[in-house]
Amino acid sequence: MTSYIARRLLMMIPTLLGVAILTFFMLRVVPGDVVQVKLMADGGMVSPAAIEAERVRLGLDQSLTVQFLDWMRGIFTLDFGNSMWTGRPVAAEIASRFLVTFQAALMATIIAVFIAVPLGTVSALYRGSALDYIVRVITIGGLALPSFWIGMLVLLCLLRYAHWLPPISYVSPTEDPWGNFTQMIWPSLVVGYRFSAVLARLIRSSLLDVLNEDYIRTARAKGVPARTVIWLHALKNALLPAVTVVGLEFAFLIGGLVVTEQVFNLNGVGKLFIQAVEHHDFTMIQGLVMMFAVIYVLANLIVDLIYAAIDPRIRYR
Amino acid sequence: MNGPAPELLRVEDLSVEFGGRLRAVDGVGFTLKAGETLAVVGESGSGKSVTALSLMRLLPERIARYASGRVAFDGKDLLDLSPAEMEKLRGQDIAMIFQEPMTSLNPILTIGFQIMEPLRIHLGLSGAQARARAVELLELVGISDAERRLDQYPHQFSGGMRQRVMIAIGLACDPKLIIADEPTTALDVTIQAQILELMKDLSRRLDIALILITHNLGIVARYADRVAVMYAARIVESGTAEAVFSRPRHPYTMGLLRSVPRLDRARQTRLATIEGLPPDLANAPLGCRFAPRCPFAIDACAEPPHLSETDTGGLSACHRWEEIAAGTIREVPAEPAPARLLAAGGPKEIMRLEKLTKTFEISRGIGRKPGAVRAVQEVSLSVGEGETLGLVGESGCGKSTLGRLILGLEEPTSGTIAFEGKDITAAPPAERRRLRRDIQVIFQDPFSSLNPRMTVGSIVEEPLKVYGLRKGAKARGERVRELLDQVGLRADMAERYPHQLSGGQRQRVGIARALAMEPRFIVCDEAVSALDVSIQGQIINLLERLQAELGLTFLFIAHDLAVVRHISTRVAVMYLGRVMEIADRDAIYAEPLHPYTKVLLDAAPVPDPEVEKMRAPRIVNGDLPSPLSPPSGCVFHTRCPIATEECRQTIPEPREIRPGHFAACIKVEAQP
Repeated sequence: MTSYIARRLLMMIPTLLGVAILTFFMLRVVPGDVVQVKLMADGGMVSPAAIEAERVRLGLDQSLTVQFLDWMRGIFTLDFGNSMWTGRPVAAEIASRFLVTFQAALMATIIAVFIAVPLGTVSALYRGSALDYIVRVITIGGLALPSFWIGMLVLLCLLRYAHWLPPISYVSPTEDPWGNFTQMIWPSLVVGYRFSAVLARLIRSSLLDVLNEDYIRTARAKGVPARTVIWLHALKNALLPAVTVVGLEFAFLIGGLVVTEQVFNLNGVGKLFIQAVEHHDFTMIQGLVMMFAVIYVLANLIVDLIYAAIDPRIRYR
Repeated sequence: MNGPAPELLRVEDLSVEFGGRLRAVDGVGFTLKAGETLAVVGESGSGKSVTALSLMRLLPERIARYASGRVAFDGKDLLDLSPAEMEKLRGQDIAMIFQEPMTSLNPILTIGFQIMEPLRIHLGLSGAQARARAVELLELVGISDAERRLDQYPHQFSGGMRQRVMIAIGLACDPKLIIADEPTTALDVTIQAQILELMKDLSRRLDIALILITHNLGIVARYADRVAVMYAARIVESGTAEAVFSRPRHPYTMGLLRSVPRLDRARQTRLATIEGLPPDLANAPLGCRFAPRCPFAIDACAEPPHLSETDTGGLSACHRWEEIAAGTIREVPAEPAPARLLAAGGPKEIMRLEKLTKTFEISRGIGRKPGAVRAVQEVSLSVGEGETLGLVGESGCGKSTLGRLILGLEEPTSGTIAFEGKDITAAPPAERRRLRRDIQVIFQDPFSSLNPRMTVGSIVEEPLKVYGLRKGAKARGERVRELLDQVGLRADMAERYPHQLSGGQRQRVGIARALAMEPRFIVCDEAVSALDVSIQGQIINLLERLQAELGLTFLFIAHDLAVVRHISTRVAVMYLGRVMEIADRDAIYAEPLHPYTKVLLDAAPVPDPEVEKMRAPRIVNGDLPSPLSPPSGCVFHTRCPIATEECRQTIPEPREIRPGHFAACIKVEAQP
């Protein structure tokens, strides 16, 4: 098992290298650079010499290969360079925003699981009934309605009926747990709802398949009470495919909360990403993309390990 | 039977409806005494499995309704019990064993947990008590190293072992009745014999009554005390096994018995068949449901017959049973077999395999050495023009891979395949394309081997287009009609889609498609295995007729030894990728030389209780070894009753023991 994990971690290196190469060179294809945005954006007159000096300062005058090798050298010592916009280290900029996003993604995932498992189960068990239809309307809604729109509705409702808005700046959970909760719960609910819709539909169809399996019939033939058949024999098997979706969706949320962060004015990595793109802040974009890639690969590994823990047919050596 | 045993189960007038319309079980009744074995036989759709499931009330209650009847078990009417009472009864008083051992156990729970579950639920045993009993149960069903195996998962057990686990679960709470629904249909014949012997032995020793649902008449003859024959949702005949087999009193039973190819008899005639198809239950005939297919149907058959007691002490639902008993109506004697093209002794050789080997590499994960499955190993054999070479063996023996190699669907790892003297593995692409026309295939599964979105006509027409065998739509249409006629399908079938046809009709389409290429050699890969007995006979007769008319050569791959005996001129037996024995059909069945062939023939039951009583079947122990790591020396030595140290070391070459009779065993003495 340990050797399997070690091998999987080693396999990360070529994947990440590929991501690094792609991101680096694709960014360089985009016309314009951070210096132009910084110095000429407001139409002010800046001397070409000043621009050139700034480029030299940021290393943008070097050949692409040299720039790339510089960056790579840094990565191997876990130095992701400084932001071309703010000048602060990329790692520090990300770290200060990571917690917000991570918390939102985690809460959304938990909410999604707590909504989706009962909904999916009920809907499968009472297939074709009114209950099933209600669940299906709810889940279709979650898939069809964009998160940002629901987010704005939530904010409007809070303002209109509760005369309250979540705080603008991030409230740390260690300092003010309740304040943090009231701030984070709304974006998490909005994101969790969409997430739960995907998950509930998956659980419904997976449970329907499992309920038709021969071993469910065997369990009933043994005289196992109907409730135990569902909870122990059916649901455990039916949730296996859900593990994959939960893991990958969680990884996606770390990089994919962009719009929701805008709506709820959360200063997370999604927002940082948007800013970095606007500013042509190459080092920042590169650092963020590398982080997303690492999280994806790790989430994949964790999903596989959880799978192996639940399903004895899967053993890694 | 010794002494009157008390009645355990009485089923009366049981009817089950699906979706409120379709009666899958219609007025079924039977009784069962304690310790007795009742076999319920019938073809697919006859309602035998639904009957079994309805006794346990395991049918999905949303769609199934018990329209009428009583199921008296041990003084209770099971149909009146509440769901909770029924749960208490299931697994405790009545246990059930299902057809598919591979899918009937929960893959993510340990075997131990699954065996202990009924013990904890019904008997309230504590963890340690339940575990001790589970160990006992595993030993009872012949699984050694029980303590350790309790903690293993189903995927670590072979199919036969899983079925033993199912039996252990069934026995857990000392049930009075076990219902086994096709318990061995998914298993190989040697494993089937092991499982059925075990069940018979346990039911005798523990005095458990057994209801055995099966389509295999051989199993019925070997294991059942009494038989109920089902046809189109009704019981048409019942009685003791001896009476039903030797003196059947219903034309359907008579037809079934005649249409099964026999392992123990040389073939002289064409296989008798029951023509036509079973009725659609949604609009079944009002009178006798068998009448449309019955050779003895008279006007009175428009009235539904009742089960009445016959001279044999059994029951028959036929208006004319007395005439059958008196012998005044007789079966039409079967037609003589069609004359074969070849004279015995030295047909022209059409195909020769030399040292043919196929190894599949399988990946075992990143950075690990791949494993190799030796599917076919150094197979050499020749096929004469116009003959049928039967290829038998258990699952994983490589018989299907051999067929695929001949068809060019797989590339051999080494060795040659010569068709009419030319090595086709080395032939240039154009040549191979031409050869592909000459060598055609009929697949097993008539349900999935036809494209569901193409009409029958276009399926048969496609090869004509691809190979440009007929120019113009009109000529092709004519040829399609001709082909359909040749395989016994009406011309209007060309407009239909595969799902609108029955299994037998679909197989006929598969044959017509193969014939469209005007082949000379056809690989029949389990071509009749998925079909019911009465349909199987029709297809076998069709194949034989086509062979005689068109001078075809068949490689007939099958696991059913009786079918192979019927259709083949010569037979080759394979085991773990190697050919164990080849001989003329009658020689191999009458005087098998290789110990594996003997074991295989012993394991297969014959549909005749009299014959079965005389046989003392040698049951081979153990499972098939994995083809990933085949045993050293002779691959059969791990299960061979006469293996010695020498067999572990030397790989036996096939030797000609008698003229034309080859066996790959060092223990077989040369005979004159």
